[in-house]
Amino acid sequence: MPRKSLDLPPIEYLSILDPEGNVDTKLEPKIPPDDLKRLYRTFLLSRRFDERMLRLQRQGRIGTFGPTRGHEAAVLGSVYALRPTDWVVPYYREWPAYMWRGWPLDNLVLYYAGFAEGMRVPDGNRDLPLCIPIASQLPHAVGVAYAARYKGEGSVTLAYLGDGATSHGDCQEAMNFAGVFQVPLIFLILNNQWAISVPRSRQTRAKTLAQKATAYGFPGIQVDGNDVLAVCVATQEAVERARQGGGPTLIETVTYRLSMHTTADDPTKYRSEEEVKTWEAKEPLIRFRRYVEAKGVVDERTHAELEAEVDAEIRGAIERAEARMKPNLLEVFEHVYAERPPELEAQREALVHHLAEIGETPPS
Amino acid sequence: MANETRKLTMVKAINLALHQEMERDDDVMVLGEDVGVDEGVFRVTEGLLKKFGEQRVIDTPLAEGAIVGMAVGMAIYGLKPIPEIQFSGFAFQAFHQIENHAARYRARTRGRYHIQMVIRMPYGGGIRALEHHSESEEAYYAHTPGLKIVIPSAPRIARALLVSAIRDPDPVVFFEPKALYHAVREEVPDAEETWPIGQARVAREGTDLTLIAYGSMLHKCLEVADRVKVEDGAEIEVIDLLSISPMDGEAIAASVRKTGRAVVAHEAQRNCGVGAEVMARIVETAFLQLQAPIRRVTAPDVVYPGFARERGWLPDAEHVLSAVRETLRF
Ligand SMILES: Cc1ncc(C[n+]2csc(CCOP(=O)(O)OP(=O)(O)O)c2C)c(N)n1
Repeated sequence: MPRKSLDLPPIEYLSILDPEGNVDTKLEPKIPPDDLKRLYRTFLLSRRFDERMLRLQRQGRIGTFGPTRGHEAAVLGSVYALRPTDWVVPYYREWPAYMWRGWPLDNLVLYYAGFAEGMRVPDGNRDLPLCIPIASQLPHAVGVAYAARYKGEGSVTLAYLGDGATSHGDCQEAMNFAGVFQVPLIFLILNNQWAISVPRSRQTRAKTLAQKATAYGFPGIQVDGNDVLAVCVATQEAVERARQGGGPTLIETVTYRLSMHTTADDPTKYRSEEEVKTWEAKEPLIRFRRYVEAKGVVDERTHAELEAEVDAEIRGAIERAEARMKPNLLEVFEHVYAERPPELEAQREALVHHLAEIGETPPS
Repeated sequence: MANETRKLTMVKAINLALHQEMERDDDVMVLGEDVGVDEGVFRVTEGLLKKFGEQRVIDTPLAEGAIVGMAVGMAIYGLKPIPEIQFSGFAFQAFHQIENHAARYRARTRGRYHIQMVIRMPYGGGIRALEHHSESEEAYYAHTPGLKIVIPSAPRIARALLVSAIRDPDPVVFFEPKALYHAVREEVPDAEETWPIGQARVAREGTDLTLIAYGSMLHKCLEVADRVKVEDGAEIEVIDLLSISPMDGEAIAASVRKTGRAVVAHEAQRNCGVGAEVMARIVETAFLQLQAPIRRVTAPDVVYPGFARERGWLPDAEHVLSAVRETLRF
């Protein structure tokens, strides 16, 4: 018997809008001008917010912050493909998706300033909160998607993860469960080349992250993650398939973290300036701006207007958030259980007493 | 019908609770390893797949983290999943999902989402099992805010507690003492029964000493109480803790204030165990009524041995008896 090759699916790579702004018109998605403008506005908002948050952190007004500069095309291109009744399961950087889905910005500022209330998902939004333990959100996404199908709602779940997260047991377990149960779920990897200081080549020997889908029996695709259009098309196809009962998809977006991992990180220790420069040249905002300008959706003047608008929005959000930053220590006793057990009630009373003794008025 | 009872083992009683709750509420579902076709390796999920179908009785791939993690997602959506961990010794591979997420979701989202789920797992020793099949892990969980931990000691109360746990809006870890799965039979009514989580019960009344226990240790303690009455003429009050967290501090305090003496017994190792918590509460609430030091009967702080050495390692009635006698004599 001769040795044979197994017939495994090839892994596709998709790119539509190149760094110079050239579009492959055969692949180009039809995004209505109003949507394009809103996408561009959210992109700007997120970029300006990112910059402002870094400054707030340096001024000591918020705590550790993880910027998202460089990822916006991957996040916005994918979340655009969803309906409001679909679910978003982020890790800790995809707040541009929250912006797209209408979160009050002050919630985010509040959260990063150390007030847990900021992560209360707005009523009506089908989003999960930001999730700090790597990959642990992914099994939740499987459960959400399973429940959605059980309820017969036809909603789809979009879960985000980093390249580092793909090494995690929870990621492998979640993908395996998703494949076995054929749930309507999209895993979207933000492959930004680094997991803090560890390069993508040290997370896996595999050539692509997309091919991991093959092992779990569902389609995987690699896309240019700095290209809103490519991410959008890949996600729309995956969403469509999931809605029709075709099960999960893995999308690997190839992108780059242009900023530091978090404000506690110094990337000059582990990566070269040249590397960053090559990626700056593929920067997703400039690329998208070229596109929306060519489409006649944004020009010099509307761009200036949008900038002024988002800056005012961010300023307002910070002001509102700072007005909400009340010490109110007793808040920590809320939401531990549906009803506070007697022991916890006693501990709360003791703290009220202690606060009174040190001259702090317990909040109303 | 309503007044009918059946003589059931703990396995059958827990199974009855699952059947009735799944009938009552379409959002209740079970998932785990071998819970469907095989009906659970201890047969706790018998008949469920046939009756409720594979959408609600889910044979999962083999991964504890994903079983609990998936259940978290289902609960976020409003379902009431009951993940089964085949043996509690393997729940450590899901512990981060329990601690980081199941226990915290309500707090992390300041009340927007909550996790209504019951993580069932057989626990405890005495059945001559393999490595990692006999440990008692309740203390790890009891240290976690946001979780509730219950341990039944007999069929009827197991059924009532499980019904309450399934209806509880917070995540409950439901430890099933596997040594008791078939050890005792009890009349269990068909009609619904519940037992409030956080409430202990007085399993035997007495005036001279309080013995606090739960799970399979309870039976050894009741045996000791009978013997002490005959041999020493002393009346032992036995408290069945049932709920490890929240703990019924009131029940413990009330009893010890009355008896002035206390012994606490559990299968788990001693260091930072539930016994230490019970003793702390007695000292905080009944110190002036104490007439003797409080003693605890526990396993030693070593790894659970192979089953050939489990007798003697596991605290038994003799251990409890001598602690009780010393405390009475003090
Ligand atoms: C379970 C777990 N282990 C370690 C960490 C610490 N940590 C935070 S981010 C990170 C790297 C994650 O890299 P990746 O998944 O590629 O996402 P990225 O931050 O690059 O977007 C590590 C190790 C953590 N948050 N959770």
